[in-house]
Amino acid sequence: MINAWLRWSRENELAYLFFRNPVAIVAAIIAILCIGGAVLSPWLAATDPYDIASLDIMDSLIPPAWSESGDARFFIGTDDQGRDLLSAILYGTRLSLLVGFLAITFASVLGVTVGLMAGYFGGRFDAIMMRIADIQLSLPAILTALLVDGIAKGLLPRGQHDNLMIVVLTVAIGLSLWVNFARTVRATTFVERNKEYVQSCEIMGMHPFRIMFTHILPNIMGPILVILTVDLAVAVLLEATLSFLGVGVPANQPSLGTLIRIGTEYMFSGEWWIVIFPSAMLILMIISINVLGDFLRDALNPRMR
Amino acid sequence: MLAFVLRRLAQSIFVMLAVSLIAFSLFRFVGDPIAQMVGQETSIEDQENIRERLGLNDPLTTQYVRFVSNLSQAEFGYSYRTRQPVSEMILSRLPATLELGAISLVISLIVGIPAGIYTALKRGFLSNALLVATLVGISIPTFVIGIFLIYLFGVSLGWLPTFGRGQTVALGWWQTNFLTVSGWKALILPGVTLGVYQLTLTMRLVRAEMQEVLKTDYIKFATARGINYRSLYLNHAFRNTLVPVVTIIGLQLGGIIAFSIVTESVFQWPGMGLLFLESIRYVDIPVMSVYLVLIALMFVVINLVVDLLYFAIDPRVRLRGSHD
Repeated sequence: MINAWLRWSRENELAYLFFRNPVAIVAAIIAILCIGGAVLSPWLAATDPYDIASLDIMDSLIPPAWSESGDARFFIGTDDQGRDLLSAILYGTRLSLLVGFLAITFASVLGVTVGLMAGYFGGRFDAIMMRIADIQLSLPAILTALLVDGIAKGLLPRGQHDNLMIVVLTVAIGLSLWVNFARTVRATTFVERNKEYVQSCEIMGMHPFRIMFTHILPNIMGPILVILTVDLAVAVLLEATLSFLGVGVPANQPSLGTLIRIGTEYMFSGEWWIVIFPSAMLILMIISINVLGDFLRDALNPRMR
Repeated sequence: MLAFVLRRLAQSIFVMLAVSLIAFSLFRFVGDPIAQMVGQETSIEDQENIRERLGLNDPLTTQYVRFVSNLSQAEFGYSYRTRQPVSEMILSRLPATLELGAISLVISLIVGIPAGIYTALKRGFLSNALLVATLVGISIPTFVIGIFLIYLFGVSLGWLPTFGRGQTVALGWWQTNFLTVSGWKALILPGVTLGVYQLTLTMRLVRAEMQEVLKTDYIKFATARGINYRSLYLNHAFRNTLVPVVTIIGLQLGGIIAFSIVTESVFQWPGMGLLFLESIRYVDIPVMSVYLVLIALMFVVINLVVDLLYFAIDPRVRLRGSHD
């Protein structure tokens, strides 16, 4: 089996470059641990931080287990509600990653579709879409996300707000990131559409959408993959920032950003662990994703080799 | 040149119209303006009267034209939350944001450009350390940087204030931080927080551009001529990286204004970003839409200025422009 793997990695250029890059390997391991811990959090976490009945207010603000007044039950301490911080971080990471992945899926589906159509058809659709992209690029992602979030708050009835917050966040973050996909895909599609394989598809009378999605798309996956990775980090960052600003996920389901916001309130009185551990988790996750993004960009860019 | 300027101007106006359309629909369709203005006990007829008097029953196009003409005369209406004129609210918050932005831009350039040049020219421990630092800098969210700085310098060491602007001096309506010691002290932490991300961008960009330029033939030729290295790097190489650097500075100004929302929230800095955040929390549509229009205006003006600066910096653009 190992032999088969080695043969595969020798034939596959990306895998070959990956296994020769120790930094990328470490980053990948950390990323997989973060994602794995997040996905498996209901089974890994000692307590369920969403279950209010299990919380005991007497357990609140306990420092990490290794300090003097620590408690062996709570390895890295508890927060103001008496939640086990480690469990809260695992669940929080799950929520952060969930929103990040949903948002990036939304952004990439929208952006790739628009980019393919703009690049393939050109003409008026292209002109209109690229103008919209220009306008959106003149507003930074965080502002777009805040704005969509604010609009959704105004449009949704009060009671529904907390339930729909994940959807709102997904749309808000997704809408602020689709332009990156659209522009890159459009530019590469422009190049691809004049190649012979596309022309031969056209001569065969294939439907344009079939050409776009089954023939052009597989050939431009490289750049899309790079943006996917880089923008996943951006999406997770945006979610954390929005939650930190208090316009993100509701407080009874804390994401990493919410935990950090709660932590800052206790930082001044010396309860440092509530803010430090969630921040460390967030930074670790984003650094590892960014390192992978850097690796992919260099590996897929023939000019860098 | 003139044709180029006119074309860019037309584009900018188009962008502004589009953004004002968004702001208008925000204003008109998110929540009911009348419901925000009157109390519960106002009768339906009175509400209808107000609606008629304010022209909310006019055709939408008429309303939009009126909206734009009001905007262009700086008549921004009243906040739903505080009942104050929006223009006053924004004007009182503007100096804080601009001063904070200026400081962080200065920090990002003063540190970022030399660091970028250094890492492009030299290899070795310091260079690698700086490069790793930029990756970390990009990966750490702005608010986490702020929190760490507060914890270190505010809580543990107690050297610097952790919130607010400190003492300010009024120059007319402009409250400035630059004339008091406490004002300067209050600027340091938020300024650094806001500057770090921009700094990493500047450094990475300058480095990449320098590396590109150093590969060109004219640099090889200049090296062969035996020009001393200081002059080679600064006069021949660095000057040619200026075009993209100016672009990124322009874009950064926008990024700084946008990210000041986060920084201002961390440090309770009483600027426009904090105002915008409060208005989102209370769905204060007039403030939100005016902020949106102002930010877009800033971006458009900055982009225009950047494009015009190209003429001053890059003779090739000038040549191309004159053929238009």
